Amino acid sequence: MNLLSAAKVSFRSLRANKMRSALTMLGMIIGVGAVIIMVAIGEGANQRISAQISSVGSNLLLVLPGSTTSGGLRSGFGGVPTLTMGDARAIGKELPPVRFATPSIRTSAPVVYGNQNWSTIVQGVWPEYLEMRDWKITSGRNFTAAETEAASKVVLLGQTVAENLFGPEDPVGKIVRIKRSPFTVVGVLDRKGQSPQGQDQDDTVVLPITTLQKKLYASAHAGTVGVIMVQAVDGESVKEAERQVAALLRQRHRIGPGQDDDFSVRNLSEVLALAETATRIMSLLLGGIASVSLVVGGIGIMNIMLVSVTERTREIGIRMAVGARERDILSQFLIEAMLLALTGGAAGIVLGAAGAVLTSRFAGWSTVISPSAVLLAFGFSAAVGIFFGFYPARKASRMDPIEALRYE
Amino acid sequence: MGTAAIEIRGLTKTYRLGTVSVEALKGVDLSIVSGDFLAVMGPSGSGKSTLMNILGCLDRPTAGSYRLDGEEVGDLSRDGRAIIRRSRIGFVFQGFNLLPRLSALENVELPMIYDGTPAATRQERAMSGLSAVGLEDRAHHLPTQLSGGQQQRVAIARAIVNTPALLLADEPTGNLDSATSDEILGVFRRLNDERGITLVLVTHEPDIAAYARRVIRFRDGRIVEDRPVDPRRRPASPPGAASA
Repeated sequence: MNLLSAAKVSFRSLRANKMRSALTMLGMIIGVGAVIIMVAIGEGANQRISAQISSVGSNLLLVLPGSTTSGGLRSGFGGVPTLTMGDARAIGKELPPVRFATPSIRTSAPVVYGNQNWSTIVQGVWPEYLEMRDWKITSGRNFTAAETEAASKVVLLGQTVAENLFGPEDPVGKIVRIKRSPFTVVGVLDRKGQSPQGQDQDDTVVLPITTLQKKLYASAHAGTVGVIMVQAVDGESVKEAERQVAALLRQRHRIGPGQDDDFSVRNLSEVLALAETATRIMSLLLGGIASVSLVVGGIGIMNIMLVSVTERTREIGIRMAVGARERDILSQFLIEAMLLALTGGAAGIVLGAAGAVLTSRFAGWSTVISPSAVLLAFGFSAAVGIFFGFYPARKASRMDPIEALRYE
Repeated sequence: MGTAAIEIRGLTKTYRLGTVSVEALKGVDLSIVSGDFLAVMGPSGSGKSTLMNILGCLDRPTAGSYRLDGEEVGDLSRDGRAIIRRSRIGFVFQGFNLLPRLSALENVELPMIYDGTPAATRQERAMSGLSAVGLEDRAHHLPTQLSGGQQQRVAIARAIVNTPALLLADEPTGNLDSATSDEILGVFRRLNDERGITLVLVTHEPDIAAYARRVIRFRDGRIVEDRPVDPRRRPASPPGAASA
C-alpha cells in the first residue's frame, strides 16, 4: 500500500470519529502551544539579556579603588581614590593580554543648549573608550588623543541628551554649556539602550578625561581617577589580564605581601554571563514544564489509538484476509497517530504563536518565535505521534487474522 | 477439468489450549483439480473451518504439506501468506465482512490497494468485478444501503477481483433467506462454470451442497466421505440471478 492511500484511509477513519479526534488533538494543541509560548518568552528574555550584555562591551574588566576586605577600617569601593592616570597608562601599555585601558571619571551636571537644559551623566575618558564599548558614532567624530592631551573643550552627546536638547536638529558643531564652560559638540553617539542594570545608557555625554578634570571636576585628589576600564584582547585572556592587572597595581601601589589590595578588579563579562546563564536556565525550565503537557498529549493519542485498534479488530481482520501485510496495518495506524499529532501540532504552533504575540502586546514581555523552535515543536509532535502510536499500531499488525475476523 | 490446483498431504493441525492439545485435523489428504466446485460438509468442530483457514492461508498447518498451484505454501511466513491471500485466494464470509465506511466500489478495490495496483486500474477492475455480480449501478452505495444479498455479491466481487486461483466461501448463504441464497449460489455456479474458478464452499445444508460438483464430509478431523455430485441432481442456475 502506498503512502498516499494509507494517508487517505487514516484521514477517513479520523473523520469518522470527529469529536474523539478533535479532543485527542486538543491535547497536542495545548502541549505544542504551551511549548511555543514558553520558548518564545524564554527566548525573548534571552535576547534582551544578550543585547544588553553586548551593549556593555565584551571582555571587560573594571578596576575599582578601595578593597573588599581590609583589617580595621573599611571604606568600601570607590571610597578612597587610589587609582591614577599613570595606573591606567601602565595597564594599557605594559600588559600583553590587555588591548585597551581607559581611566574614567563620572559626575553629573546639567548640559545647556540655548534655552534647553538637561541634567545628565558626564563621563571623562580616553578616546579608546568608544572602541572598548563597541559604541558607534552616528554623526560627527570621536574626540582625538591630541584633544585629550590638550584638554580641549569637545563633547560627544548620547542619543537621549541629543534628542532632549536639540530635537531634530543636528548637534554637531554646536556649542553646549556644561557648568558654564562652552563645549563644541563633535559627535553624537549611537543608541545603546538599557544597561543590564536598567539604566538608560544614552543619557550621557562623553568628553576627554583631562578636560573633565581641569574644567569641571574640582577634585581634592588631583590626578586620581574614578575607575579604570580594561579590555582583554580576547575571551580567553580575560582571566590572565585580571591577574596581571592586579599584580601590576600591587607593584605600582607598593603593596607588600600579606597586605590587602587598595583596589579591586571585577570581571564584568563574568557577572553578565551569570545573568545570561540564569535566563537560559529559566527558559529551559519553562520549555521543560511545557513539554510535560506535550507528553500528556502523546499519552492521549496512545490511549485513543488503543481504543480504536480494539474497536476495529474486525476491520483489521478483513484487511488481513484480503492481503494486507503486517507493515500495511502498522503503517495505517502509525499514520493515523501521526496525523493526529501533526495536525494538533500545527494548530498548536499557530495558537502558540498567537499567544506569544498577545503576551508581548498585553503583558509587555518581549517574545521571540524562532523558526528553529517552530521546527522543533513540529518535529517533536511527529516524534510523539510515532512514539505513542507505535505500540497500538504494532498491536494491530500482530493480530491473528482468524481471531480478528471472529471478533464481534 | 485440468490439473490439481490444490494438493494436500498428511495435513494435521493441533491447537494447544492451556495444557490440553486438540487435534483439529488428523492427517488429511485432499486433491482439488482446477475448476472444481467442492462442498465441504460436517458438524461443528469436525475440522472443516480449520481446513478452510489453512486453505485460505490464514493459518498454517502443524504438519503436512499444502501445495497451491504446485507451490508449497504451508510453511510461509505471515507476510508470505498475506501475499498469497491477496493474489491467489478470494474469501467470501457468512457475515459478508465489508468495511462499513467504504462504498461498494472501494470495498472491491481493497485487495488491489495492498498490491500496489494504480488507482485508475483499480477502479476499472473493481467496476468490472461489480458488473460480474450485477451491481455496477450500486457502486457508490455504502454496505448499509444494500440488501444482504447485494452485500454478499459485493463480497464476491471483492473476492474475485484479483482473479484468484481459489475462491473460498464459508457458509456464504448462512445469513440469507432461501431466495437470496439461490441467487448467491447462482453467482457462484456461474463463476465456476464460465470462468473456471476453483471453488470450495463450506455448508451445513445438503441442498446447497447439491450445487457443487463434489462433496466431502468431515468428522473428527478426518474426511469420512468424498463423492461426486450426480450432474442430473444439480439444480439449474436460476436464470438472470447473476446478471441482474
